[in-house]
Amino acid sequence: MQQPAIQVRNLRKSFRKRTGFRKHSELWAVDNVSFSVAEGETYGLLGPNGSGKSSLIRILSTLLIADSGEVNLLGHSLPEQQEEVRRIIGRVSVDAAFYKKLSARENLLYTALLYGQKAREAEVRVLEILEELGMENAKFSTPLEEMSRGMQQKISIARALMINPPLLLLDEPTTGLDPKSRRDVQSFLERLREREGTTILLTTHDMAEAERLCARIGFLAHGKLVAEGTARALMRRAGADNLDDAFIALTGEDLVADEELATVGD
Amino acid sequence: METAMRQTWAFLFRGYHITRRYIGWVIVFNFYALVTSATVALIGVAAKDYQMTLTLVVGALLWNYLSWLYQEISMSIAYERWEGTLEYTFMAPVSRSVHLLGVSLFSLLNSIVTSVIVLLGLMAFTDLNLRGANLPGVFVVLVVSTLAFVGLGLFAAVFPVMSAERGAEATHIFQGSLLLVSGVYYPIDVLPGWMQPLSAISPATYTLSACRKLFGVGSPASTPELLAGAPLSAVTHELLILALMGAILLPLGLMTFVRVEAWAKRTGKLKRTG
Repeated sequence: MQQPAIQVRNLRKSFRKRTGFRKHSELWAVDNVSFSVAEGETYGLLGPNGSGKSSLIRILSTLLIADSGEVNLLGHSLPEQQEEVRRIIGRVSVDAAFYKKLSARENLLYTALLYGQKAREAEVRVLEILEELGMENAKFSTPLEEMSRGMQQKISIARALMINPPLLLLDEPTTGLDPKSRRDVQSFLERLREREGTTILLTTHDMAEAERLCARIGFLAHGKLVAEGTARALMRRAGADNLDDAFIALTGEDLVADEELATVGD
Repeated sequence: METAMRQTWAFLFRGYHITRRYIGWVIVFNFYALVTSATVALIGVAAKDYQMTLTLVVGALLWNYLSWLYQEISMSIAYERWEGTLEYTFMAPVSRSVHLLGVSLFSLLNSIVTSVIVLLGLMAFTDLNLRGANLPGVFVVLVVSTLAFVGLGLFAAVFPVMSAERGAEATHIFQGSLLLVSGVYYPIDVLPGWMQPLSAISPATYTLSACRKLFGVGSPASTPELLAGAPLSAVTHELLILALMGAILLPLGLMTFVRVEAWAKRTGKLKRTG
């Protein structure tokens, strides 16, 4: 049997939160989560803010060390083989983190060099990716701070893909994008999966996006993976007509209401 | 090896372009460094005491070099946290030693440029004649001191890893303390007695002491026309201490950084960008 590209078993991660003088409480960001993703599969993690999606992606990206559990990415386990894992993953986070004064070209060439690539070869590949994402070449020399959020996010996707990673970790890549940019990104990811066979782990709030892109979906609530399966299977299990209702029925939470609450709380 | 060289170049490439884009601020910082150094040196000129002027000039010049080197290395992590790019640097398959080597090399180039600007400025503001100074000896001391200061910079760079906001403050407090105790502009024996032992653990103390001897500061044989710079053998003691400090601080700084990085990954401290 083929080994999954991503295998997560009994993963737990907690954070200590100060509640008073010499008083702390423990908050479970990821609570005994297990799932696996086959090679070439797109797996979606759905959940409101604070459900543990980003913590999970950050553990898989080697940016967080779990308290316990097992993580194996294409045969490399974490946290022991961080160096090897870094060579096979590309990550896009919700905030396009760049040197905002530098141009897209300068930011991307910096990343290429950081990954030990030849600048000239990387530049050709990046231009191809950006063209596929519907971005004009002329924007390549524009400082990031002068670009829209949608454009910045496309550059962020190009950055993750320029190293041609077999594993792509996408943390809410289309949040805050206009409908056109969102469609561009979604179409690109579909083409990427078909052409390169890239394994994709995607977190999102967008049920339609999850339904369109993901072969299987996991519902996360309070750090726990409460249900997983195909969109159709989840709806059938919940006796719901759509994924929104299925999420509410299976997690007992309203994704939209929680989302608004979290935003106000921020 | 080729990969490591490209990765090292990445940090020089990044530093160059950031400097280019922030050139206005770079000019302001260099202007400020020049003006503060000239202001200090002019105290000696006003006193019509060339030995005092030379003491202050050497102090200002070396402090500019060492403090810029320290500051650029220690703040490099803070800059990345403010930009929000630190996670991406930490996620790249680049070893921490190559990462910090790249950062240190760029900081070194920056410090050299600033020091040259300050030196040229000081020569315009004072009638200093450096004939007779042991300049090759000064170069040797600076090379050895650089290692110790890179080590100190690496040590201080862990503060911004621990906390985006407090970390940057801590690096500046540490830098200020070095300025206070190292005898940059005055002899160490004017410090309060309880503070004087602290000067012994600052590498800047030995750099300044050695360089002043090599410039001929305090030598009865020095005249305004011809300085009596000491030979390199006269500063063997300082050189040995500086070399020892470099040999300890460099690996210790790197090791501390790696440990703090692992701690930040366990506690989730990397996420906040400040």
